[in-house]
Amino acid sequence: MKFKGKVWKFKDDVNTDEIISARYLNTIDPKELGAHCMEDIDPEFSKKISRGDVIVAGRNFGCGSSREHAQISIKGAGISCVIAESFARIFLRNAINMGLPILEIKDINGIKEGDYLEVDLNSGSVLNLTEHKEYKAKSLPKFIQEIIRAGGLLKWVKRRHKIM
Amino acid sequence: MAYTITEKILLAHTDKKTIAPGEFIYAKIDLALGNDITAPIAIQEFEAIGAKKVFDRRKIALVPDHFTPAKDKKSAEQAKILKNFAKKHKISNYFEVGRVGVEHALLPEIGLVGPGDLIIGADSHTCTYGALGAFSTGIGSTDLAAGFITGCVWLKVPETIKFVYNGKLKHWVGGKDLILRTIGDIGVDGALYMAMEFTGEAIKALSMDDRFTMCNMAIEAGGKSGIIEPDAITKKYIRSEGRNVKGVFYKSDEGAKYRKVIEYDVNKIEPQISAPHLPSNSGPVSKFKKVNIDQSVIGSCTNGRISDLRIAAGILKGKKVNSRVRLIIIPATQKIYSQAVKEGLADIFLNAGGVFSTPSCGPCLGGHLGILASGERAIATTNRNFRGRMGHPDSEVYLSNPAVAAASAIKGRIAHPEEV
Repeated sequence: MKFKGKVWKFKDDVNTDEIISARYLNTIDPKELGAHCMEDIDPEFSKKISRGDVIVAGRNFGCGSSREHAQISIKGAGISCVIAESFARIFLRNAINMGLPILEIKDINGIKEGDYLEVDLNSGSVLNLTEHKEYKAKSLPKFIQEIIRAGGLLKWVKRRHKIM
Repeated sequence: MAYTITEKILLAHTDKKTIAPGEFIYAKIDLALGNDITAPIAIQEFEAIGAKKVFDRRKIALVPDHFTPAKDKKSAEQAKILKNFAKKHKISNYFEVGRVGVEHALLPEIGLVGPGDLIIGADSHTCTYGALGAFSTGIGSTDLAAGFITGCVWLKVPETIKFVYNGKLKHWVGGKDLILRTIGDIGVDGALYMAMEFTGEAIKALSMDDRFTMCNMAIEAGGKSGIIEPDAITKKYIRSEGRNVKGVFYKSDEGAKYRKVIEYDVNKIEPQISAPHLPSNSGPVSKFKKVNIDQSVIGSCTNGRISDLRIAAGILKGKKVNSRVRLIIIPATQKIYSQAVKEGLADIFLNAGGVFSTPSCGPCLGGHLGILASGERAIATTNRNFRGRMGHPDSEVYLSNPAVAAASAIKGRIAHPEEV
């Protein structure tokens, strides 16, 4: 799978309260959650972005709570994938389980807000079309690739346990 | 092969003969927990995939604690999803308002979790139960849905960092201060993907309540779990007050491998404060004495237990809350609430000019029962001080132990308990 999109850049330690504030956790509607994505960092964020855009962040992206509203909100806002130097543990597993594409690259300093990226999920290649520079994402362990290929954890479970 | 306690518990929940950090396992779970924020998504996914039955109706706990008693119509609808699912699948561990408490205080209190268990919870502070010598970790709603169906969870066996706390704690210093100091030292991703094993003379002397507080905040250092070897204190806890938990008491082997060993001399540790907007911004309370506050919150899965309330009451007895400050005290469970009334703690809080509220996660995550306005500042015994966590994005939260939060409510600024 390939995506092309504009970069929205974020700092280290973006937490789940910033991705989607707890005041919106009384719903699980993707549209509503998407409309409030990153609101406490930038109230205009969901209005500024276009479908397919990419979030690029520093270390420990998604730290804090276990809320999958964070992934639902990012997807609901129209973001195609999140690239970070590292991901917080629960955010990482939720993204894998739910099918939000994420990529870990070592150093994001060469990517600026507004750059255009072409992301190839299969090869892990991140091409900065503005700067003509290529980055290679850390490859995921086999087991995790298996879940992603199945289309998320529940589909993987359905197959493994021969349910229904 | 020498194993850590974490490796031993994980191994016991697989059909493998050996285990090693970095390995992926598919482990059996003893309990799967969801709350009114995370379980609705899990239930929706459970139904969407066409699942008909839960793996074991006795090994699921549904705890509507975050926005309850329902703060608005939407929250009421969320809580109703749990109630209906519990009814449909005959899940007995569903707790209605009046019996419900903050999940991580409630489950140990009623003996649903114990030493040697493998517990998953769709709440990041599920790591709390490590205090009992269990492997317990926060997961998401999709993991929870899968757990409901299969009774299993996929896990990567974590490496462990061992934290050794030597010496004796000073007066007014507790588990909260040790963990805030530790997070300050290693950072909010200092234990990313790893188990945090707490040990040493000071831990062995620590009460169960303080042990819960420490393991509760492992996630704030990025940890997968926090754990303390079960001992006589653990045993006494799980066999008292009507709890009759057997448990399996694992210990780390001598020669077990650790990623790192970090040692502390606790004699030197002062009560700690974590300044906005990360739990790792910690330092001794003496550095923060000029910080005025508008609100003091004592409660949450971190510090809403009976010993926390006793400490706060000890400071507030016969004193008055500063006229500019709101003091909000939220016992974590009904049992703690009732105990606080019986012991006269509730009277002390009310006479001091505080409010004593029904159990709920409430303001900790900016839900309800004490939301901050723009520019306002709170001291709280909770676990996170992220931007906007307790309300307006321009408000601030300082984290502390209950003694400091109580003393600060009296002074109207961050204060050492010795000052009042």
